[in-house]
Amino acid sequence: MAGPKYPGFDTLALHAGQSPDPATGARAVPIYQTTSYVFRDAAHAASLFNMERAGHVYSRISNPTVAVLEERIAALEGGVGAIATASGQASLHLAVATLMDAGSHVVASAALYGGSHNLLAYTLSRFGIETTFVSPRDLNAWKGSIRGNTRLLFGETLGNPGLDVLDIPAVSAIAHEAGVPLLVDATFTTPYLMKPFELGADLLYHSATKFLGGHGIAIGGVLVDSGRFDWEGSGENRGKFPQLTAPYAGFHNMDFEEESGTRAFLLRARREGLRDFGACMAPMTAFQILQGIETLHLRMPRHVESTRKIVAFLSSKSSVEKILYPEIPAHPDHALAKRLLPRGCGAVFSFDLKGGREAGRRFIESLRVFSHLANVGDAKSLVIHPASTTHYRMSDQDLKAAGIGPGTVRLSIGLEDPEDLIQDLDRALAVASKPK
Amino acid sequence: MQLQINGRSAFAYTAAHEIDPAQRTIVFVHGAGLDHSWWGLQSRYFGYHGFNVLAVDLPAHGRSEGPPLASVGGMTDWVFAWSEKLKIEKISLVGHSMGSLVALEFAARHPQLAEKIVLIGTAYPMKVSEAFLDAARRNDPSAYDMETIWGHAPQVPFSGNPNPGMWMYGDTLARLSRLAPGVLHADLAACNAYAAGMESAAKLKCPALFILGGRDMMTPPRSAQDLIDRIEKSRCVQIASSGHSLMAEAPDATLDALIGFFAD
Repeated sequence: MAGPKYPGFDTLALHAGQSPDPATGARAVPIYQTTSYVFRDAAHAASLFNMERAGHVYSRISNPTVAVLEERIAALEGGVGAIATASGQASLHLAVATLMDAGSHVVASAALYGGSHNLLAYTLSRFGIETTFVSPRDLNAWKGSIRGNTRLLFGETLGNPGLDVLDIPAVSAIAHEAGVPLLVDATFTTPYLMKPFELGADLLYHSATKFLGGHGIAIGGVLVDSGRFDWEGSGENRGKFPQLTAPYAGFHNMDFEEESGTRAFLLRARREGLRDFGACMAPMTAFQILQGIETLHLRMPRHVESTRKIVAFLSSKSSVEKILYPEIPAHPDHALAKRLLPRGCGAVFSFDLKGGREAGRRFIESLRVFSHLANVGDAKSLVIHPASTTHYRMSDQDLKAAGIGPGTVRLSIGLEDPEDLIQDLDRALAVASKPK
Repeated sequence: MQLQINGRSAFAYTAAHEIDPAQRTIVFVHGAGLDHSWWGLQSRYFGYHGFNVLAVDLPAHGRSEGPPLASVGGMTDWVFAWSEKLKIEKISLVGHSMGSLVALEFAARHPQLAEKIVLIGTAYPMKVSEAFLDAARRNDPSAYDMETIWGHAPQVPFSGNPNPGMWMYGDTLARLSRLAPGVLHADLAACNAYAAGMESAAKLKCPALFILGGRDMMTPPRSAQDLIDRIEKSRCVQIASSGHSLMAEAPDATLDALIGFFAD
């Protein structure tokens, strides 16, 4: 007898977390543009506050529209639940702040989005949380950097800017041996290209601003918990997470793990993190991101297909020195990518132009279809030249240390006709390679 | 609360309250493969509204040491050991699925102790399909899939969770993934083998409430009818939209039914 089957990814992308609105029959997710919710009576109010009943109290803590997004992403990722936040950065902060206090330590990949690096290296260190950065490919460095006060390992599924593929099975095994979870930023891969929980990650987050939304109109983040990490720990790893396993005076002395088991992390993150830090998502934003998710399974294959065509085109150009895309055999993570990313390596990649900063500048300014801006994962194709924009204050030597060459250009391939994109790139390459 | 039962560590959630001899006591007993936190909202409510609450983790579940118990009778004796250890004179039991059989058996064996019982998502006989048993025997992940999918109403993946932001399938799978090998099979085999239901039902003197899900694929309401008919002081609440996981799928309706029953 065949066993029962779960709904497929495409179906969940359209339906998970929502049924037609019971009040009106509305098929689309209604935008519950409200700050608060009327209690039935005083007893109902008290029960909601004391977590004896499920429901909404105040939209900083939860909102029906936002809850649909949270549940849908959790379904697509195979998690127990999710919390939507004001941005991807807010998700990273919420994860760290839920798990650790001053005196704690993070081991993180050095190949991170600049904002994440900044948060860990400079901002959180002001609050007593230190980070050691390691090469994402150096498993000995991951292991060797773990200290007695380490509470989290963190990396990106595809790193910045060289698209380093995080070996999640290996890094999560190192984390689990040390009794700490692995958090990954899965923004570049989305659940369509990779399911980090199936590979061993414990927590993940997205900048939903990127491929999940896909339209470039809304900033948001989503933090998802697999529900599988043992916060109690055992042996020498016991007691590492008192935030989740000891009574918390800030919420009626609740022991979150005892109270809710698999939901402990999200419960504290919502009841403390959203309540006190307040970086919640607006219902309109959740609605906009949901519109994107409904076509994620259609958009991602097209993003990848067009990226492959453009990578092949650039590979044929003599003015291109190097392309950093894991599907190219020369990429150091090519074999790992074939194993972990069989559906493709996404639609963001970098390449190095011959001719340094000046060539990069002329290339960017000659593009007509690509938009020059600081974002990725849009339906429209995007480009940025780090040496003349985000990293323009850095010397060539410092750029090299950051993995960025003076002629490095980052592309985010959109959904336009790929032939138009190739034509645009071809024209700009010709301008960039002309002698001054 | 952690106690030693039969020489092994045993846990019960008490909603952060000490046992007060002046209060009535409700013991919550979970279903196959699950644990005390499955009762989160309901047990917390009663713990904060004048009742002693013991939401137990049966052996090898949650925070209680293994091995799992092989029969409903064994589980009943284990729950009885709690009442003896804590010297509780009257107990009400609320059981879900496998736990409902424990509640039934407890009330039949210990009529002097049992004040009221609630059977949620129950059936008699509680037969388990050979495919499900076999998958669980082999510790095959498909057993967890069967428990997850059949354990919820068909519309669950296409509707919102009353608990904001939570994905019900994912939560169930995460709970099951924490089980030691063999535990789910032991539970299912205990349900399958339990044969004293009608006899025990006939002995019952205390009031019994049935809370059943109209869209329950594991224990559809019709499969509880013989038990309902056999128990002298039975009543039934059916929650039309819910599947087998009533505490999660319909937490308010389930809680309201419990509040009404224990208000008498």
